[in-house]
Amino acid sequence: MIHKFRMYDTNIVVDVNSGAVDVFDDVAYEVLDCWEKYGENSIKQRLSGKYSEAQLDEAISEICALKEEGLLFSEDIYEEYLPLWDRESQVKALCLHVAHDCNMRCRYCFASTGDFGTGRKLMKAETGKKAIDFLIRESGTRRNLEIDFFGGEPLLNFNVVKEIIDYATKEGEKHNKNFRFTLTTNALLLNEERKKYINEHIGNIVLSIDGRREVNDKMRTRVDGSGTYDAILPKIKDMADSRNQYNYYVRGTFTRENSDFSKDVIHLADLGFKQISVEPVVAADGSGYEIREEDVPEICKEYEKLAYEYVKRKKENRGFNFFHFLIDLEQGPCVAKRLTGCGSGHEYLAVSPEGDLYPCHQFVGMEDFKIGNVNTGIENREIQEMFKKSNVYTKKECRDCWAKFYCSGGCAANAYQFNKDINLPYKIGCALERKRIECALWIKANT
Amino acid sequence: MKHIKTISGSNLKKDLGSIGCGECQTSCQSACKTSCTVANQQCEKN
Repeated sequence: MIHKFRMYDTNIVVDVNSGAVDVFDDVAYEVLDCWEKYGENSIKQRLSGKYSEAQLDEAISEICALKEEGLLFSEDIYEEYLPLWDRESQVKALCLHVAHDCNMRCRYCFASTGDFGTGRKLMKAETGKKAIDFLIRESGTRRNLEIDFFGGEPLLNFNVVKEIIDYATKEGEKHNKNFRFTLTTNALLLNEERKKYINEHIGNIVLSIDGRREVNDKMRTRVDGSGTYDAILPKIKDMADSRNQYNYYVRGTFTRENSDFSKDVIHLADLGFKQISVEPVVAADGSGYEIREEDVPEICKEYEKLAYEYVKRKKENRGFNFFHFLIDLEQGPCVAKRLTGCGSGHEYLAVSPEGDLYPCHQFVGMEDFKIGNVNTGIENREIQEMFKKSNVYTKKECRDCWAKFYCSGGCAANAYQFNKDINLPYKIGCALERKRIECALWIKANT
Repeated sequence: MKHIKTISGSNLKKDLGSIGCGECQTSCQSACKTSCTVANQQCEKN
């Protein structure tokens, strides 16, 4: 399977199964197009009026060379390897919901204003420590383990965050485990003391801000409805600078109300941020701000505009990283990882304040998906298996999609939210992901 | 080649028997939290 597309006068060809990516000039691109549609033998007859015989011969011979090297029209051989990579489930990452409470009331919050529909609660240190014990126990031979402090707003329970980190660090040393911590925060409660602690102990911090003041303040408000931009921006800037503009993300969400979101990304870049992630809202139909199918063409154009500016700034030595445009073509994940995705439900679990285990943060509070508790361990192995067995080959839409080895089958939570089936991907999410990958490949070809 | 410029060669079919160690980061822990992005993850062996 191949995928070919043209963006800003660059013809890009992806050989899906080998991962090879090539830039074709117009002659070779048209020859390939003709080859695909009508077969090799009709190329000269169809294109001889447009290109010289020598040009066509060269292009045909170069395409043949790629084919022979296994870099074009290569076979998908991975499905037969699946049993080889099918190991016993080992948990390697936990999302700890240390606070099901929030000091903000973002309109698009998927966590029902922070409590996930289950009442406002804070996690006790004891529960967090049990989660660490559970993770060490369930991680088997894996050494690198990850903990994300999440909420609601985790800074509402920061003393417990610190206690858990102390405990995990000590237990990690005892059991030869390397803990990596992430904290996702709305930044309102950041101060000097917390910043210092975070910089000394937490490897990655995700700081929420949506972009332009009017965009941020329409969605990200305090409990009294007032905007947060002026309060959070200095704190977020200070935090990013104190980490020398590394190991953090400013993380925004765009909705159909700011479908010109490339301006928000550029706004963040103009403020000096170097690590930026701005992502489409995942909201139920009827919310008013959800991304609709009719919005997709406009959003795709925004991604193209952003990619153009992204390359321009890189060339002017004032570039920034945009999370969804980052693709590692040479040293990226192995194909075993690419087939199975984020690992939710079997390698990655979320823990509610009470210690209940769910497949990921987006399933928290959904009783049917509760798979156990940190005290008792995993009790519902059926759900764990269902997630583990889900891969690009169990999803009909993915099997035939050129982007499957880049997105790995999409987000199970989104699939469930929209289609009530983790193996039926969220169509709008897929369309946007394909566009982002095209932009990312175009960026690779032009930097 | 005159008409084709390779950006990246075959990188998926390498060492199929010895991959899948699982030491890599889970993709959702990095920034996204709502949308799966895997291809930007780094392999721990590199």
